[in-house]
Amino acid sequence: MPEPSDAQLAENFADIAPALTPDFALLEANTCLFCHDAPCTIACPTHIDVPAFIKKIATGNLRGSARVILEANPFGHSCARACPVEVLCEGACVLNDRDEQPIKIALLQRHATDHVLARKLQLFEAGKPTGKKVAIVGAGPAGLSCARDLRRSGHAVTVFEAKPQPGGLNTYGIAEYKLKADVALAEVQDILDLGVELKLGVTVESLEPLLDEYDAVFVGVGLGKTKGLGIPGEDLEGVVDALTFIEHLKTHPYRQTRVGKRVVVIGAGNTAIDAVTQAKRLGAEQSTIVYRRGEDDMPCYDYEYELAKRDGCSFRFHASPKRIVGNGRVEGLEVERPDKSRETIPCDMVIVAIGQGARTDLAVPSGNPKLFVGGDCANGGAEIVNAAAEGVAAARKIHELLGGNRR
Amino acid sequence: MADLRTNFAGIESPNPFWLASGPPTNTYVQVAKAFDAGWGGAVWKTIGDPIINVFSRYGSVDLGATRMMGFNNIELISDRPIADNLKEIAEVKRNYPKHAIIASLMVESKREVWHDIVKRTQDTGADGIELNFGCPHGMSERGMGSAVGQVPDYTCQIVEWVKEVATIPVIVKLTPNVTDITYIARAAVKGGADALSLINTINSIVSVDLDTFAPAPSVGGKSSHGGYCGPAVKPIALHLVSAVAKDPQVKVPVSGIGGISTWRDAAEFVALGAGSLQVCTAVMHYGFRIVEDLIDGLSNWMDERGHRTLADVRGRALANVAKWEELDLNYHALARIDQDKCIKCELCWTACEDGAHQAIRRLPRDNGGPVVEIIEEACVGCNLCALVCPVQGCITMEQVPNDFASVTWKEYAAGKGKLAPRSEQFHTATWSKSR
Repeated sequence: MPEPSDAQLAENFADIAPALTPDFALLEANTCLFCHDAPCTIACPTHIDVPAFIKKIATGNLRGSARVILEANPFGHSCARACPVEVLCEGACVLNDRDEQPIKIALLQRHATDHVLARKLQLFEAGKPTGKKVAIVGAGPAGLSCARDLRRSGHAVTVFEAKPQPGGLNTYGIAEYKLKADVALAEVQDILDLGVELKLGVTVESLEPLLDEYDAVFVGVGLGKTKGLGIPGEDLEGVVDALTFIEHLKTHPYRQTRVGKRVVVIGAGNTAIDAVTQAKRLGAEQSTIVYRRGEDDMPCYDYEYELAKRDGCSFRFHASPKRIVGNGRVEGLEVERPDKSRETIPCDMVIVAIGQGARTDLAVPSGNPKLFVGGDCANGGAEIVNAAAEGVAAARKIHELLGGNRR
Repeated sequence: MADLRTNFAGIESPNPFWLASGPPTNTYVQVAKAFDAGWGGAVWKTIGDPIINVFSRYGSVDLGATRMMGFNNIELISDRPIADNLKEIAEVKRNYPKHAIIASLMVESKREVWHDIVKRTQDTGADGIELNFGCPHGMSERGMGSAVGQVPDYTCQIVEWVKEVATIPVIVKLTPNVTDITYIARAAVKGGADALSLINTINSIVSVDLDTFAPAPSVGGKSSHGGYCGPAVKPIALHLVSAVAKDPQVKVPVSGIGGISTWRDAAEFVALGAGSLQVCTAVMHYGFRIVEDLIDGLSNWMDERGHRTLADVRGRALANVAKWEELDLNYHALARIDQDKCIKCELCWTACEDGAHQAIRRLPRDNGGPVVEIIEEACVGCNLCALVCPVQGCITMEQVPNDFASVTWKEYAAGKGKLAPRSEQFHTATWSKSR
């Protein structure tokens, strides 16, 4: 199979769910029933008032619609692209109970937020300065959600980020066909424009100095490195962890990310799906999930599994990795079947996606009333929307701590 | 298949569906195409001294994503020479002898001018004449159209002039832009009208451009009120058709016009007394082809209900159009919710709570059971919940029988009859957290 052309690569990584046309958005918005006490809103961790923002699309008030979304969720745009809506708002839509498709809430949410992003409309403003200052460690969705609402309350905010760019996994870790880094950064910029001081390339090694210097500290540093397999051959050339693979893909021209002809992805979570599909889209002839348990045990969402199947990826269930074989470079993955027999799956690249461990490099003392945590490092790893919800909630608590009234 | 043949005031057509006078009936080509598609008749675009139209003539009202639920126009009568129109009418009649072809006329309010146009029209072989006393824009400023139809004496006078020379049936088309259309209808009948048609369009401004503040349809930034029509006006037309059809002083056939888009609309007009049906906006939206389902749907419904001819249906609902004071105060009804069908949108609760009688109780969502239930002692059976419910058959209104005989307001006010007991809670909504 020849390598994909640039045009083919661009097509492979184009938005998996293209934006709605204005006509379709109007039709869809008018199909929404405008439920009271809406299950979609209840299902959303940030409790976006979904019927309200959809009704505003129906009336042509896109700015107002986006404001409803972003008021509840500063990352409303990336959530529109990357949220597992099938198990959240859209899964809760009452139209599912009328034997129909749910309202396309995610696409409508994108329609409204696209409107303000494309026009660089700033919908919020910084509050009157309070003289209080807050340090935030980690410029991912949790930290920046917290930062935005603190700025709206008038507190000075300094965000420390180890990476060269803000946005956390939005910038570095979401599958390219869902959310591209430039879009993630544009969304982040709206928050930074409220007057957030951002210190990039700064690794915070201890919270003590921050707790001394600032009135409050929020920690949203995410998870640690991908867990190791603990099997022989992990150091062979051609073995890479999923996050590193995806980050490279998202920060370089597509052609610069090396992909094997026969790729094996170990693990069956949502990150494993992101890895196996993107390896295929980069041009791998075979891209295969290897999973020690069965199809029904896969932790990924059903729709992610369906996507990988549609992409032509393969699946090997009940295959427990035992050894990566090769002479300097990966040549195969030896797996054990339930009957203890072994088999070597030939491959020239192994992507490890068996989850990330907790951060071990930053001690987070408990019991300090000035210290708040949120996002993946607090919840063990969840969605953007959970991180945003936790960041917003922390901002509210910090504001109260600093003597502010509830907004 | 049901027999849809129609004889309207002596004008015969293979079915009751006529194109109303308007843009679709402007030329031979259009009318011939319509007849080929199945239309039973056509009322030609109003003929008179050729006018000059403006560019930009139509405006519309969308409802959500549905286009043109209301429509208006500021177009005038035909801009083609009278001779051309009459020549084409004659050609249509020659080539489609079994179809109804009716000439719509509007000329100056002078006896000799009317005599002349009526005679020339009859020479074409047209089956009938419709007098356009309804057009509400433009022509009315020149003393024609609704300027005639809004004054009973003028209406009667011109019908009399026309009838002095008419040898074919004369239909008078009425404007709804009056306080009581029956006065005009009676005047037309007094003048000798063989039939009436209604409604013509309603005075309207459909929208204002919020960037330029130009009303639509904008003619270089300005507009004039136009004639409103389309699905939005059907309820007004049904009412006025029934009012005229019921009037004991009218007693001439009525051709129903106003928002007819489907066979159901058509059947409703017939049930309220219409002898033929005229359609314009739906054709302007979807083309002549819609007549196929108008005929097919009406026939199927008549077959299923055992109605053999249109006469079996005509006016069947008229007896049920009553005065308010004739309605039974002891007919009690309650809303019933089929919880198996409920999708838990709570639209019924919102509507009842804010817009009606606080007669629905909310139950916690997390119980997994029903989220709404009717508070029977507070329900006045107003229908609102059933109207807003998005699931067919989920909320129904059911009669609650009682032992009291029917009593109307008319009777009750005269001291006759007895009211069945009504709940105290009708007037004492209790507000609680459970709501």
